[in-house]
Amino acid sequence: MSQKYRVGAGRLVDSSQPMTFWFNGRRFTGWQGDTLASALLANGVTLVGRSFKYARPRGIVAAGVEEPNAILQVGVGATTVPNVRATEQPLYEGLVARTTHGWPSVKWDVMSLLGRLAGALMPPGFYYKTFMRPQWLWHSYEKLIRKAAGLGYSPSEPDPDCYDKLNQHCDLLIIGAGPAGLAAALAAYQGGARIILLDENPTPGGWLRCSDDRIDGEPAERWVAKALETLVSAGNVQVLLRTTATGLHDGRFVSAIERQPPSVASAALQTRIKERMHRIRAGQILIATGAHERPLVFANNDVPGCMLAGAVSTYLKGYGVRPGRDLVVGTCTDAAYAAALDWLALGEGSVTVVDARSTVDAKLVSAVKSAGGRCILNAAVIEAKGRTKVSAAVIATLDLVTGIIDSEVETVATDVIATSGGFSPVVHLSAHTGQKPVWRKDIAGFVPCPDHPDVYVAGAAGGDFSLSGALAQGEGEAQRALARSVYRIDLGPDQKGRNVCEEQWPFAIEPLFHVPHVKPTAKAPPQFVDFQLDVTAAAIELATREGFQSVEHVKRYTALGFGTDQGKLSNVNGVAIAAKALNQSIEETGTTMFRPNYTPASFGVMAGRDVGGLFEPKRYTAMQPWHELNGAKFEDVGQWRRPWYFPKDDETLDQAVKRECLAVRQGVGILDASTLGKIDIQGRDARRFLNRIYTNAWLKLPVGKCRYGIMCGEDGMVMDDGVTACLGDQHFLMTTTTGGAAAVLEWLELWHQTEWPDLEVYFNSVTDHWATATLSGPDSLALLKGLTDIDLSPERFQFMEWRQGLVADIPARVFRISFTGELSYEINVNANYGLALWQRLMHAGADFNLTPYGTETMHVLRAEKGFIIVGQDTDGSVTPEDLGMHWALAPRKAFSYLGKRGMAREDCQRLGRKQLVGLTASEETVVLPEGSQIVFSKSTALPANMVGHVTSSYFSPILDRSIALALVAGGHARLGEEVLVSVGKDQWQPAKIVPSVFYDPEGARQHG
Amino acid sequence: MLRIYCPICEEARDEPEYHYAGQAHIVRPSDPDQCSDQEWGEYLYFRSNLRGLHREMWYHAAGCRKFFNVLRDTQSHEVKASYRLGATPPDQEEVRL
Repeated sequence: MSQKYRVGAGRLVDSSQPMTFWFNGRRFTGWQGDTLASALLANGVTLVGRSFKYARPRGIVAAGVEEPNAILQVGVGATTVPNVRATEQPLYEGLVARTTHGWPSVKWDVMSLLGRLAGALMPPGFYYKTFMRPQWLWHSYEKLIRKAAGLGYSPSEPDPDCYDKLNQHCDLLIIGAGPAGLAAALAAYQGGARIILLDENPTPGGWLRCSDDRIDGEPAERWVAKALETLVSAGNVQVLLRTTATGLHDGRFVSAIERQPPSVASAALQTRIKERMHRIRAGQILIATGAHERPLVFANNDVPGCMLAGAVSTYLKGYGVRPGRDLVVGTCTDAAYAAALDWLALGEGSVTVVDARSTVDAKLVSAVKSAGGRCILNAAVIEAKGRTKVSAAVIATLDLVTGIIDSEVETVATDVIATSGGFSPVVHLSAHTGQKPVWRKDIAGFVPCPDHPDVYVAGAAGGDFSLSGALAQGEGEAQRALARSVYRIDLGPDQKGRNVCEEQWPFAIEPLFHVPHVKPTAKAPPQFVDFQLDVTAAAIELATREGFQSVEHVKRYTALGFGTDQGKLSNVNGVAIAAKALNQSIEETGTTMFRPNYTPASFGVMAGRDVGGLFEPKRYTAMQPWHELNGAKFEDVGQWRRPWYFPKDDETLDQAVKRECLAVRQGVGILDASTLGKIDIQGRDARRFLNRIYTNAWLKLPVGKCRYGIMCGEDGMVMDDGVTACLGDQHFLMTTTTGGAAAVLEWLELWHQTEWPDLEVYFNSVTDHWATATLSGPDSLALLKGLTDIDLSPERFQFMEWRQGLVADIPARVFRISFTGELSYEINVNANYGLALWQRLMHAGADFNLTPYGTETMHVLRAEKGFIIVGQDTDGSVTPEDLGMHWALAPRKAFSYLGKRGMAREDCQRLGRKQLVGLTASEETVVLPEGSQIVFSKSTALPANMVGHVTSSYFSPILDRSIALALVAGGHARLGEEVLVSVGKDQWQPAKIVPSVFYDPEGARQHG
Repeated sequence: MLRIYCPICEEARDEPEYHYAGQAHIVRPSDPDQCSDQEWGEYLYFRSNLRGLHREMWYHAAGCRKFFNVLRDTQSHEVKASYRLGATPPDQEEVRL
């Protein structure tokens, strides 16, 4: 199809490089440098979507990031991207795009029946008012609504693209490479500061790219090109194009997303980085983000063909695209005259400028007239005619002071209506950390809060729309931003800027937001404020009548500014309409909160490389190769990958665990216990320190002995436990739970550094330094005897002692401690020898049927013995006394150990606290589900009084029945009583409260 | 994300390197066993919840493993100053880093 609306070369496109692309299944041609929007307009495609709520036909409005309508689905398959603004998407060969709104098709949409009645059927709060009753049906409604609204879709396949993150630091971050940003960078780089200059467009220059202004006697384009050359060749400036600053966060941290050029984006998969997140820590920030033109609000202003005046200029000059034949310009500013004159310069078609002001610069009017256009002052476009395309503009006389519209109207045939209601400075970033923008009446726009530490604003973003102002402010603010740094620059006394500027269109405005219709707002055809979410002027007025007075409430009730465009075009118009309806000023009304992200960000770029195997580090023990080779099934314990069980042949988990459990109880098993947290503690006062941290006594523990200790918080609740060995008089090795190692180290440091810095003690994490193989079971002694020079005779190497020696010719520390209740030896060697130790033990153990076991068997064995796991059998509300561990408390210690005063509180001493007990289900084969709630009797009135829950529950192979640990109110005094355990809806399993030690309660086996 | 100056490492680093460790300058009673429940409860649970400058402790978990104090504005999240444990807290007025 020919590009019949292409009327010239255009500054941003290269006609020698045609490109084929597809839109809604049809093939089109565009040029290198086109955006998807400019290419569509060049081909006469004006209908690009259906609106969200009323399914009204919508066309391209803008030429940049502020576009609310042309939100397309780009690409196919796994790499498709929803929510792409066609005005920002560079064209590339083979691009495939389609509309997201409209069902069954964008041209024939069933929902549009609703749209014709726009507003009458769906007032603000429609969804709340209609679909919320009955509430349980909301989920069904939601699916229907989403389908009808058509929000695009995310691919369901994994994303094959690569995304990246880059951490950046700079002294000055300049956001926006328009005239202000470029001038700032040109001034600032000379001081030697590290500068990042970024811009969302593929080329710098901002609005200068399509302007006829001149700087220093040359076209502005030349000045931009030279500036870029200077900056790129300077060693201290990084220029990032196609990069959008999406958020300005605390601590001068800015997130910016860089999109790859289309040539890369269309290259082969896997080799490309689609988007890159720059995480910029900036010393100072200069916001030079420019301003967005505002459309005027009038009846049917959403019909395709209604555009921004500036966008019309950009398409004409930048892309050589004239989006129609005739033009009507509705304005209250001088800026819109550019569109009229650019259009007239092409010769064909009629142009009518409708200016609401009574006095306008005579030069403008005569320029339009001499070029063959028509100029109507004191008037406004009050309505657009046409359904899928503008056919005419209805014009009426307007008194801008009284707001009275003449009932006599004139209809002018046209296919494009371009409006300009002034400019809204892009204040978004300046407000992300909570600073409220300030209304400036003289420019009819919000500007960034001036009181924003380390954030500076220049040019149109600050409300000065002149070229000379942009250049001078860029330099001046850069100088101010760097004034306190070593990179300060001195521009001399001339604060007016050093460049000579010849400007075409000085800024002048008389504010107009909402053009009154001859009919009352509610009766007139819909006058759209927010195109993306179909919020009309009537809806905002209704919201204020229904009692919503805060602009934030109006926003939420009407959904004003809630779309993916974040209300870039609608915010000020909406605020102005609300202010008028509430009979207050815009200052009093204020604006809504701006939040990151400025533009939608993909999940891919937020995740970056942290996906798949890189999502979280995995920790393996030294014995991992053996485990893998021998078919272990693994489970994640924190970051650790631990063997869960070692199935033989096609054993199930239950079968394997049963075999492993019996092997430990009746022969010997081996566990990889390397993951246990280990902290090396040394120093003259190490004992005194342990004595304060642990609840039991540590001052007299002799070298060569080990002791179990419980660590409590100051509230008296158990926070960790483990065995600590006395390696030397001033040297201890503390073990912690696998998951608690880091937290315990921090805990020790906290108390040492904050409360007891006088104690001489040092902590070091040695978890990864050691590999641990635990031999457990009655045959462990016989097995180990043949492998070590340590005297293992039970009277020389007793329970809770440790010895140093050789095991399988490897230097080792052997601890005679037990987590299974069997005779056990924990063999610790340098982690580098871990695998060798394990292999040698397995080799020697063949004669003893040495059985490797995993975490599941470990859990069953410890539960049989009633050994707790902190975090499973406790939950931060359990004291040692609740666990029945009075023996682990030493209340007579001179120092009031951590947790002592906490557990003495009345609440910790009251009767009826939940206490750890054993439970045996009356059916021996029933394993009570962990977490099941417990009641004393079924006759209790609903809601039932829950008296506890099951914390650990397994089938015990050695006892040949199920066992469970539970926290039960007053449990220690209720031994032998029966409780009911909830095992499903209206299903109760009777169980008996028993002591928490099920097997070998005397502990004879572990003492050997 | 906060950028916090570590007075031990003498560098401003990203927030994820640190752990928040609660309000600063809370002293453990010298004889807990003599505290009333009321006194103990206040030491254990009661913290100021103010808007404005707040003295708080941070732990440089991924750095020097030291605790230190920070003067932070709870409204703007601005970190005004960092100082070592035991050092005199700076005045309320802004201290630039």
